[in-house]
Amino acid sequence: MDILFGLCGKGFVILAGDTTVAHSIVKMKNDEDKIKTLGPHLAMAYSGEPGDTIQFAEYIERNLRLDQIRNVHERRPEASASWIRSSLASSLRSRRPYSVNILVGGFDISSAAIVEGQEELGGTPKLYWLDYLGTKVEVPFGAHGYGSYFALSLLDRYHDPNASVEEAMGTLKRCIDEVSKRLVVSPSKYKAKIIDKDGVRDIEIPV
Amino acid sequence: MARRYDSRTTIFSPEGRLYQVEYAMEAISHAGTVLGVLTQEGIVLAAEKKVTGKLLDLSGASTGGYGGSGEKIFLVNTNVIVGVAGLTADASSMVNLMRLTAQRHLSVYDEDMPVEQLCKRLCDVKQGYTQYGGLRPFGVSILYAGWDPHYQFQLYHSDPSGNYSGWKATCIGSNSGTAQNMLKQHYKDDITLEAAIKLVLETMGKTMDSTTLGSDKLEFATITLDKNTKIPFAKIYRPAEVDALLKKHGLAKSEDEEMRS
Repeated sequence: MDILFGLCGKGFVILAGDTTVAHSIVKMKNDEDKIKTLGPHLAMAYSGEPGDTIQFAEYIERNLRLDQIRNVHERRPEASASWIRSSLASSLRSRRPYSVNILVGGFDISSAAIVEGQEELGGTPKLYWLDYLGTKVEVPFGAHGYGSYFALSLLDRYHDPNASVEEAMGTLKRCIDEVSKRLVVSPSKYKAKIIDKDGVRDIEIPV
Repeated sequence: MARRYDSRTTIFSPEGRLYQVEYAMEAISHAGTVLGVLTQEGIVLAAEKKVTGKLLDLSGASTGGYGGSGEKIFLVNTNVIVGVAGLTADASSMVNLMRLTAQRHLSVYDEDMPVEQLCKRLCDVKQGYTQYGGLRPFGVSILYAGWDPHYQFQLYHSDPSGNYSGWKATCIGSNSGTAQNMLKQHYKDDITLEAAIKLVLETMGKTMDSTTLGSDKLEFATITLDKNTKIPFAKIYRPAEVDALLKKHGLAKSEDEEMRS
């Protein structure tokens, strides 16, 4: 039932997820943060089988932290997303695979990612769509869950890779509003995080 | 009894030394020289081949396979080349491990392995052989020349003890002290790749035992960035290319003949 959105703009990427935890027909909680900060410029939104999600997300979080302590510099978003994908892929062939879908948002600050003529951005925003089967795609925007049925067409129409933060948040708001309007059991609340050259932080979704 | 602490790699002597490790380092100081110079545009590596002889069949190496047929300089990954000094057999097993490690990283992370990480990984293995019982340390020093998006061009040196360090210009093997002094005198932070090539060849010419340089005694390689794609490009010179390069810098064997003509 979880709904996740992600979209890139000019020099930033936004991740958003609903905050509902449901068990059967009962809402257990409505302030759950489904986005984990994985590094100075990396975050991941996750959904799927309750229990699996938290177990897998914490496994990823701790291992990437260990990796960063060992290697001093932070791993690039592309490499981190690839490692998460291979973790999911090896889990898939195990006795009990994790059933987790993920959006990885990151900001690549390495020299190779600094675009000529746009040095002030300090790097490139990156967004990866991963599912429990071990699929990984780099996307300009993405969604998981029932929300994707409503949001992807909207994002096709309104997404702009050169959008400012305000414009991108407007686009995100459109998606959330559409889900609220059309989905039978729509969640009431969402949380969003933005990742840019300054790092990962929470961002208010406009009312 | 003086040699009581010699035969065991993993036992400290009363003075707190590990003799086997020190002997391994000593073995390297007799090996063919390997030189590396770092510039903003790329890295230059050169190595002296010690094993030569009239009857040695070099016909297979004459075309110089790309990063395969050399004795001292090897292509490890798209972004890393190494020069080795020490026991050739130990070196080739290290190179094999490096290549395996780099490919494993590529398969999991979908990126070329960062240079320092590769160097560190190899040093962990080398260190293990100075500690676990019944094993002999690897008798090789390695110069790693590579590029990654984190720190651009990098030059590392690692020794049998498992220590490693980053350098602007360095040298391992026989006469490394003399070569290091020459490099120290002539290295500038803004040195160009062309100047570095010249510096490496001249230093090599002064430190090598033989009076003349030639592709039978010299291996040469550079790693640069492709101008358009910004992808690292490792070039291990073929024997004919080495000779052409020496000729260009006036260090070739047939120098006298050329002057006459």
